[in-house]
Amino acid sequence: MKEINSLKMEFLSKSVNEGFARTAVAAFASQLDPTLEELGDIKTAVSEAVTNCIVHAYPQSIGRIMVRAKIYADNTLEILVRDWGRGIADIDRARAPMFTTGGEERSGMGFTIMESFTDRMTVRSREGSGTTVRMWRKIAVRR
Amino acid sequence: MKVKATTKDGKMTIYLAGELDHNAAREAMFEIERQIDEKLPRDCVIDMSGLAFMDSSGIAVILKTYKRMHESGGRLWVENVPKQPMRVLDAAGIERIIRITILSE
Ligand SMILES: Nc1ncnc2c1ncn2[C@@H]1O[C@H](COP(=O)(O)OP(=O)(O)OP(=O)(O)O)[C@@H](O)[C@H]1O
Ligand SMILES: [Mg+2]
Repeated sequence: MKEINSLKMEFLSKSVNEGFARTAVAAFASQLDPTLEELGDIKTAVSEAVTNCIVHAYPQSIGRIMVRAKIYADNTLEILVRDWGRGIADIDRARAPMFTTGGEERSGMGFTIMESFTDRMTVRSREGSGTTVRMWRKIAVRR
Repeated sequence: MKVKATTKDGKMTIYLAGELDHNAAREAMFEIERQIDEKLPRDCVIDMSGLAFMDSSGIAVILKTYKRMHESGGRLWVENVPKQPMRVLDAAGIERIIRITILSE
């Protein structure tokens, strides 16, 4: 599929950047003319993925987070969120609803929310070298 | 993120306004617990009408408040939930545990 536009940004794993990241991707996605509901879904999915990097990938330190977004000719938005942190030992287990290593401050619903708010999500990870989450969401064409 | 609380006849209403994400959650939780510890309400309502955004960090805040109220034999429910937070609560299946009403527009 032909790529129409792309965005790439990198920032430190500080929680003030959560709002920045989801707002930036939503602003980029607005050229697809999404509904408020579609925009809300995109913001939420980005927020979940970026928060995971901040909370889980770099629990005791500050690291880099990369977010890339692409728009394809068929009105699909692709979002990639990458870190170079701790990594995930068992991805299937991590994706299961309510699984968390984060204690009482987390609910273990992040991956479940990302999955239900996008059309497709893939997770690649290696312990000690980082995690890449990719999500695709097709925006309905209206006229 | 703003947290405000009023108490009447043993029922506390907690008004959440702004964006409830991981960056805001710790302070919001601290303020909610401070209010509950101070007023010791019988029941508690979280009013979300002013909430512009919420992610899974908000779910943990709701569940922790629910546990806190449950321990003292009180009830907790969530009211006036706007569309985006409602989709998050739906995806997480929170309605199986806590009574939720939608914000009518
Ligand atoms: N980027 C990451 N790096 C390392 N571990 C991760 C990463 N993302 C997720 N995980 C692991 O996967 C688990 C599940 O993630 P998920 O987002 O579903 O839930 P959570 O973050 O624990 O809770 P919630 O998202 O509801 O606040 C996490 O507890 C963590 O162990
Ligand atoms: Mg998470």
